[in-house]
Amino acid sequence: MIAKPTFPDLLHAPGAQIGKPVSRVDGRLKVTGAAKYAGEFNVPGLLHGYIVSSTIAKGRITRIDTSAALKVPGVVQVFTHENRPSLAWFDRKWKDQDAPKGSPFRPLHDDRIVHSLQPVALVIAESLELARYGARLVEVEYEAEPHQTDLHANRENTFTPGKDKGGFEPPPPPRGDADKALADADVTVDLEFTQAAEYHNPMEMHASTVLYGEDGTLTVHDKTQGALNSQTYICNVFNLSKSQVRVVSPFVGGAFGSGLRPQHQLFMAVLAATELKRSVRVELSRPQMFSFGHRPETIQRVALGASKDGTLQAIIHEAVQESSQFENYVEIVVNWSGQQYRCDNVRLDYKLSRLDLHTPLDQRAPGAATGVPALEIAMDELAYKLGMDPVELRLKNYTDIDPNSGNPFSSKELRACFRQGAERFGWSGRKLEPRSMREGRELIGWGMAAGVWDAMQGQANARAVLGLDGKLTVASATADIGTGTYTVMTQIAAEVLGLPIEDVTFNLGDSSLPMAPIEGGSWTVSSVGSAVKAVCDMVRGRLVKLAGKMEGSPLGDAAEEDVVFADGHMSLRGDPSKRVAIVEVMRASGTQSIEEEARSIPYYLKRSKHAFGTHSAIFAEVRVDEDLGTVRVTRVVSAIAAGRIINPKTARSQILGAVVWGMGMGLEEEAMLDHRLGRVMNHDLAEYHVPVNADVHDIDVIFVEEHDDVVNPLGAKGVGEIGIVGVPAALSNAIFHATGVRVRDLPITVDKIRKGMR
Amino acid sequence: MPDTITDRVPHAPDTLAITLTVNGVERTLNLAPWTTLLDTLRLHLDLTGTKKGCDHGQCGACTVLVDGKRINSCLSLAVMQEGKEITTVEGLARGEQLHPMQEAFIEHDAFQCGYCTPGQICSAVGLLSEGKAKSADDVRELMSGNICRCGAYPNIVAAIEQVLGGDRR
Repeated sequence: MIAKPTFPDLLHAPGAQIGKPVSRVDGRLKVTGAAKYAGEFNVPGLLHGYIVSSTIAKGRITRIDTSAALKVPGVVQVFTHENRPSLAWFDRKWKDQDAPKGSPFRPLHDDRIVHSLQPVALVIAESLELARYGARLVEVEYEAEPHQTDLHANRENTFTPGKDKGGFEPPPPPRGDADKALADADVTVDLEFTQAAEYHNPMEMHASTVLYGEDGTLTVHDKTQGALNSQTYICNVFNLSKSQVRVVSPFVGGAFGSGLRPQHQLFMAVLAATELKRSVRVELSRPQMFSFGHRPETIQRVALGASKDGTLQAIIHEAVQESSQFENYVEIVVNWSGQQYRCDNVRLDYKLSRLDLHTPLDQRAPGAATGVPALEIAMDELAYKLGMDPVELRLKNYTDIDPNSGNPFSSKELRACFRQGAERFGWSGRKLEPRSMREGRELIGWGMAAGVWDAMQGQANARAVLGLDGKLTVASATADIGTGTYTVMTQIAAEVLGLPIEDVTFNLGDSSLPMAPIEGGSWTVSSVGSAVKAVCDMVRGRLVKLAGKMEGSPLGDAAEEDVVFADGHMSLRGDPSKRVAIVEVMRASGTQSIEEEARSIPYYLKRSKHAFGTHSAIFAEVRVDEDLGTVRVTRVVSAIAAGRIINPKTARSQILGAVVWGMGMGLEEEAMLDHRLGRVMNHDLAEYHVPVNADVHDIDVIFVEEHDDVVNPLGAKGVGEIGIVGVPAALSNAIFHATGVRVRDLPITVDKIRKGMR
Repeated sequence: MPDTITDRVPHAPDTLAITLTVNGVERTLNLAPWTTLLDTLRLHLDLTGTKKGCDHGQCGACTVLVDGKRINSCLSLAVMQEGKEITTVEGLARGEQLHPMQEAFIEHDAFQCGYCTPGQICSAVGLLSEGKAKSADDVRELMSGNICRCGAYPNIVAAIEQVLGGDRR
């Protein structure tokens, strides 16, 4: 189902584009191999870089010998901390839009090693093979120092961070007295949850191709979620002006947060290109994809207290996460626990422990993906103690007001998610009792959980040019990491001006385009979509004026609100026979084109009086082999409330993919560290398990109707993250229902289930 | 002195002239024998439709068809492929007319970022000619060598089933 229209013209016009399941406008380029990604721009004389990675986790480099590598014909140069040029000094120059508090990592800065797999040298050669070969010949000797990479051993060695990263507020002050309320409650659960670190591992490994212009300008093809973010970073670090650096990234082979910060391959490629005055590509290997940010390992405590009727009396949520020695990465995993249910006594606490690892990095639904499952498994356990249906318990404690801020949600159709999801799944026939369903050797279980994510918006600009031929080009420096940005922006523009999709082109991924923020946090439709709407509204106003000036204008002097735009025509509301083609208006006007640029700014005032969120209810069926403990996820229903859905086809794909991510987080993904070496041991795609096709069965996505005219002019909230949140909890709860075994340690692997079943 | 790798530095290898038939076109190249088929396609023939996702034969992004059979091009050296018909994603369409598998992938939104897509499509085309996939479960199993991190699997299966169904008719 599609959310109701917010504006009279939108959706009512014949041929409306918003809400239509339009196929991706970039689909043809992607299925023919014509879409070019960062590491695919080939030019004659391109040099190739290969990075040498540290084999220790902490210490210093005592000797680095590049002579053997340099002897190989075709190896051009080897860069290390010993021969790098002088670069920006102050930390602020190394910061990017997603940098937390601290001193950003500086590649090849000095002899210090701060994490395993840290880049220590860059070999540049005439071919990729020679660069890789040269990298093997670089000899590095280290003086290792004792390192700490074990969060469990360091769980008491913590500190409380502040507002150390954009988009994340520290936990609100306690409400009531949660510890006393817990002690006094009729029914309680008090549980510990643990979760392994996860690595983003987009299919495209991070790559940057820097094309060195004859005039010394750089055209940088970077794998990034923000072309402007990379451009600013390069300019600041290498002391270049913006006119000297253009960053282009029309296609990004997945990112999930890994492209929110400039990664070290970008630094390396620019370093080599500017020093050698040649075009250079640096691409990471798959093991090197484990050398930077990741979803941090986490230890959590969730304690809930309730009265006998299921009314929540106390919520305590405490979390400890890893951060690096040099930055305070925060994702405040506990805050959603104060927001999701009505409860008078709440205490939320969030701490960091510094480890000798690279700084973590936002990964799909950062914070919520980690914290909400802990809350939602605890809710399930509470439901069992109360002998209450898990959906009933959630409805019992439902809130339309965000208890953290006291503000009402601008919209929250989570009740409808529970109802429609349960109905589609067939939840009503469920017996509460575990081990109540089986087929042959398989125990069958049904579990559910709720999910929540924010609905943020940032400032963004967009430019629109309408040509004499009636074709519209809209542009903004945002990104499409597979999210469907090209397609939904095209739809929004086509909708406002009543044009066929084929007559609209949307350009993105280029630092020369109007400003857009980094693409993350599900805020791109909200931020950039609002700018696209705003700029197309301006073009529309211009067209109405021009139509009024036409000789014998069929629209007369109609006001803008009396003109309907559809099928490439403008017509009078109330009298569709009075119409004129947009191309005719353009021709009659004597202008060559209409050009406008607009900035969209969030409704700060309205926003300050509301809370914003997307919500979900997830229902899952698992089948667990009684002897082997293997889990098959046979059915998932995900009911989503995310405002108006611009494109139900691409939005559904976002949710499907996020459910698959939830399955990875719940059952498979786990960075396995050998703490003796301080190193991730399973640093490739054979050993770091992600879901494959055979792991995924039926996933049913429901978009419930949700009307919102506060969140932004589109009423759309974004769907990139909400689909993952809560999925691991629904799986854990379903596994309990199947087997009677509770696993609170993600991922839920066979060994943990078998241990419980013995 | 210990026998370190430095003591054994060999020179960069000489190149060999090899002839490959890619998408019906014969190309002669001078390549170091250690060059993989994947890097040959991407770097020497500028056929960047074939993707590198791991370089270890673990992800399937580099899948191409060799004499109609799907292989991981990162696990094959170019010199091993002389005299064979190599088909990459760029060679599936007939002019403007997309291969039915490409059409089905667009229609079913069987991709998001698009990076694994050429490998998925080549793998699916290979799967068709193998004739082993009789059910959706077979498709899931036989397509599990191609990782899609965006998680488009249900749509990939739907797209392949559509083309399989067409073949059955």
